Amino acid sequence: MRITIDRDRCIGSGQCVMTAPGVFTQDDDAVVALVPGHEDGAADPRVHDVPLVCPVQAVAIFED
Amino acid sequence: MTEAEIRLSRASASFPQDRTCPYQPPRAYAQWRGESPLTKVTLFDGRPAWLVTGHAEGRALLVDPRLSSDWGHPVFPVVVQRTEGRGGLAFPLIGVDDPLHARQRRMLIPSFGVKRMNAIRPRLQSLVDKLLDDMLAKGPVADLVSAFALPVPSMAICELLGVPYGDHDFFEECSRNFVGAATSAEADAAFAELCTYLHGLVVKKRAEPADGLLDELIARQLAEGHLDHDEVVMIALVLLVAGHETTVNAIALGALTLVQHPEQIEVLLRDPAAVSGVVEELLRFTSVSDYIVRMAKEDIEVGGETIKAGDAVLVSISLMNRDARAYENPDVFDARRNARHHVGFGHGIHQCLGQNLARAELEIALGTLFARIPGLRLAVPLEEVPIKAGHDAQGPIELPVTW
Repeated sequence: MRITIDRDRCIGSGQCVMTAPGVFTQDDDAVVALVPGHEDGAADPRVHDVPLVCPVQAVAIFED
Repeated sequence: MTEAEIRLSRASASFPQDRTCPYQPPRAYAQWRGESPLTKVTLFDGRPAWLVTGHAEGRALLVDPRLSSDWGHPVFPVVVQRTEGRGGLAFPLIGVDDPLHARQRRMLIPSFGVKRMNAIRPRLQSLVDKLLDDMLAKGPVADLVSAFALPVPSMAICELLGVPYGDHDFFEECSRNFVGAATSAEADAAFAELCTYLHGLVVKKRAEPADGLLDELIARQLAEGHLDHDEVVMIALVLLVAGHETTVNAIALGALTLVQHPEQIEVLLRDPAAVSGVVEELLRFTSVSDYIVRMAKEDIEVGGETIKAGDAVLVSISLMNRDARAYENPDVFDARRNARHHVGFGHGIHQCLGQNLARAELEIALGTLFARIPGLRLAVPLEEVPIKAGHDAQGPIELPVTW
């Protein structure tokens, strides 16, 4: 699994963090970031719901 | 008639309409359900508009940059008569498009980030406890709106912004008149009073900095020339009003929906961790914001129809949240369903900035309310609960409860 985040597009809704806190976090500016060491998404099974709940399509998931 | 009016002249039903049950879409909306995801309606001034009722179609449109939120555009649709004379005034955040919107939002999101919202939960809890202590001490009957649902978000947004809560009677009334007055003259007067008050507050804060979002905006953005004084005043106005006119309805409508579905209160009482799911389902089911207003900047093909540049587009939050293609048995309030992809906070770049503050307030307010008063019930028949007009944020005006 590969996760891409578009930090320019992010509006800081926090939906990714609320849905899959094992993989997503917010930096000090409340912009989306990946939790270090968990960029492969394996740390949280709900990671697949994130593209659905992100209001601006800033998160994409590609299955290898 | 203009070309758009001729093209949409089949439009018949007026929009929006008043609810009869506080937490159900207006009965007249039934005609638009289960058919096309897009239909035609007429606004109060006779202008035809598209109404988007499909969950998938609405979400796609709300992320589509061809739809504009620019309230300053000369033909941006007017849905509520009292805002008719306010043309050209593009409020920060809510009434502007990117890239201006993105610039304003980026300045504000750190104050509403997930970490910041989690950090204020203990403060919200003590606030809720105190309000319930007072309400219980006075004894039944209580008006849950004035005793609880209004002061929770009012105190919370004041603390977050750094606005003195001691002035709350004044700006709660201004806020109510700004968004809920019967005439545009009353709404304009409330707007002017709020502007004057917040102008004075920003002047004071520039001289005597304190803690709060407005102080941070002044210290970082205003001092460095990214914002001017008037922009700070208008941002303060938008956040103060938005903080007052939304969560109060969500708490009151949430409590009302739960007391009408006592078996669902059991879900809350058995498992306090379930409160987050209960709140998401309440946000879906009650749809406090009934609709979102947009204007097409270009032609857009949706559901076999063509929205033309300049057309008014209303995205129906309440019908998207009740779309049977998105939710099984959508008219059933089921606190155990996964409702997370509801559009109660909107969708796209304008999705509610304060949504995580609202979630924290709702979870703590409703979780604590029913933990402390599990036997809470209405003191009057449901039909006698006075509710707001269809064009306002939806919710009870008063909510008499007993226990």
